[in-house]
Amino acid sequence: MNKNKGLDHDEQLLFEVGDINKTGVDLDDIDNLDQMIGDSFSENEIGLAGLSEPETIRHYVRLSRKNYSIDAGLYPLGSCTMKHNPRLNEKMARLEGFSDIHPLQPISTCQGALELIDLISSWLKELTGMAAVTMTPKAGAQGELCGMMAIKQALLDRNELNRKVVLVPDSAHGTNPATAAFLGFEVKTIKSNDKGLIDFSDFKDNIDENFAGVMITNPNTCGLFETDIVKISELTHKSGGYLYCDGANFNAVVGKLKPGDLGIDAMHINLHKTFSTPHGGGGPGSGPVVFSDRLEKFCPTPLVKNIKGDFILVEDSSEKDLAKSFGRLNVFHGQMGMFVRAMSYMLSHGADGLKQVSEDAVLNANYLRASLSSHLTPAFDGFCMHEILFSDDFLKDTGVETLDFAKAMIDEGYHPMTIYFPLVIHGALLVEPTETESKQSLDHFINTLCDLVERLKKDSDSFKAAPVFTPIRRLDETQAARKPVLRWKEEPLIAV
Amino acid sequence: MTDIFYTKDHEWIKVNGDEGVVGITSYASEQLGDIVFVELPEKGNSFDQGKDVAVIESVKAASEIYSPASGEIFETNSSLEEKPEIINEDPLDSGWLYKIIIKNKDELKNLMSEEEYKKLIGA
Repeated sequence: MNKNKGLDHDEQLLFEVGDINKTGVDLDDIDNLDQMIGDSFSENEIGLAGLSEPETIRHYVRLSRKNYSIDAGLYPLGSCTMKHNPRLNEKMARLEGFSDIHPLQPISTCQGALELIDLISSWLKELTGMAAVTMTPKAGAQGELCGMMAIKQALLDRNELNRKVVLVPDSAHGTNPATAAFLGFEVKTIKSNDKGLIDFSDFKDNIDENFAGVMITNPNTCGLFETDIVKISELTHKSGGYLYCDGANFNAVVGKLKPGDLGIDAMHINLHKTFSTPHGGGGPGSGPVVFSDRLEKFCPTPLVKNIKGDFILVEDSSEKDLAKSFGRLNVFHGQMGMFVRAMSYMLSHGADGLKQVSEDAVLNANYLRASLSSHLTPAFDGFCMHEILFSDDFLKDTGVETLDFAKAMIDEGYHPMTIYFPLVIHGALLVEPTETESKQSLDHFINTLCDLVERLKKDSDSFKAAPVFTPIRRLDETQAARKPVLRWKEEPLIAV
Repeated sequence: MTDIFYTKDHEWIKVNGDEGVVGITSYASEQLGDIVFVELPEKGNSFDQGKDVAVIESVKAASEIYSPASGEIFETNSSLEEKPEIINEDPLDSGWLYKIIIKNKDELKNLMSEEEYKKLIGA
C-alpha cells in the first residue's frame, strides 16, 4: 500500500530498499584472490542489501526531512535549551589545527589546541567564580558523576564515608538522584513549597550525621531562582556536607551571578545549553565541571597547564598538587570540537554579550508568561527565569489532557514544549523560548497557543485526534513501553 | 476482620491479623496513567514504615512506593511483571503489590481511614 503523503515519503528501511542480488559498487577484479586469502574464500551470499548511490542518498535525505531541529523552527523544550548554533562556531571547529589532531600526538605539535583548552578553562572559572575546572566530562550527566565523585573523594579523604545521604529536591532532573545512587549514596527527597522552591525547613530536618551533600538545580526546573540558596549552602557547609549544583540552567544567569559566590562546591556546565554547541544527535555533548577551593585538589586528571607560554598536559596523579585527585575519568581529554565551538561563542559575544544572552532568554520567557497568562495557567505567581511553567488547570473540564494539547500543537506547526515535567506540577507544560527567538516569532507562537485554547471550548474532539498532518499519527506509547520492539525482524537476508 | 488504611502518598494496606496486603489507590493509578513497569521488593526483605519499597513506572513518570507499615515481605504479586496494566484495571484488588508481616501494629495509627483519605483527594 502506498503510505506516502504528498511529497512526504513513507520511508522504508535500507534492508527493504535494497536487494541482495544487486550491487551498487563496481570493484576491480583482484588477481590471485583465492591464493591471497586461502581458506577464507567463499562464494556464498553475504546477505547485505545492494544499494545504488541515488537510492542511498534519497534514503538519508528523506529521513533528514522527517527530523525537526532548531534550524527548522521554534523548539520550545523546557529544561533542554534548544538554542541556535551559530555557523561561525562550525567554521572555527573545522580549522585544521583543531579538526585534524589526535589525542596521542606529541604535545609540541598541538600547542594551539592546548592553548584553547586553557583559555576556555579560564573563561569558565571566571564566569563561575570557581577555583578549578575539568574539561574532560563527555556530557552533562557525566559531569554530574564527575562532580559527585570529587565529593566522594573528599569524604574519603576526611575518612567520613559514613556520610551516605545525598538530598535531592523533588523538582530535580532525574539524572541527579541517579548519579548519587550510582555512586552508592542513599538518596533522600526534599520537598518543594507552594512557591515551587525548596522547602528550607524540610531540607533542615533531613540533615543528620550521615549528610554527605545536596544536589540543587538553580534556577530550578520550575524556572525559578532558589532564593534560599545562600542559606542552604551555609547550612550544608556547617553540617559537613557539600553543595552540588546542576548547571543545566546556568544559561539564565551567566554574567549576572557567580555560582562560587553562592557557596557552590561543584557544578557542571552543559556547553550545548549555555554556550550553543549542537544539541542532541548533532552533539557530542560536553560537560565541564567547575570546583570550589574545597574540592579543587580532588578533581580528575588530566589538566592543561600553562608554563610561561608552553602548554603541557599534567596526566600523572603522582604530581604534588594532584596527589588527591580521584584519577582519570576518561581515556582522553574531552570533546575538543565542542570546546572550539563554545570558545567561538564566548569570544564572539564577549563578556557583555554573554550577559545579554541571559537577559534576553529571561526576558523572552517572561514575555511568554505575561502574554499567555490570559489563556494558560502559570504554575506560580511572579516573574520566572529562562523558562515558564504552566499547569493543566486551563484544561480542566475540557476532557483534553496535556498530551492532547501538545499533539495539537504539532498540527499548527510547532514542536511541543516539555510536558509532564517537572513532576511537582500536575500536567506540566514547560516552555523555554531561549534568546534565539525574535518578538515576531514569539508573537506568532503566542497567537497560535491562544487560538488553540479558544478552540478547546468549541471542538475538544479535534485535540484527541491530533496530530493529523504528521507522517505517523498518534503513537501507542503505552504499548511501546510495555512491549517494545527493539529490532527489525523479518526473514534474515543471509542465504544459508 | 479486614481493616483498610491509607497513606498520604496514595498507598493502601489491608490488615488481617499480623498480615498486610499493600497496593495503590484508584486515584493514584488514574493520576499515573498507563502503568508500564513495576519493580517489586524481594521476598524476605524488611522495610520500615515510610521507606521506598517499590517503583511503579507509567508513560508519564516513575514513582516510588512507600511502605505503609514496617515488616518483612513474604509475597509479591508476580503477575504484575508480565501484566503491569492489572494495577490500572483493578488497583484495589488483583493489582496488589506485596504482602507483609506487620512488625508493629501501633504504627497503623499514623495512617488514614478511608474517610480521611477521601477528604484528602477531595472525593
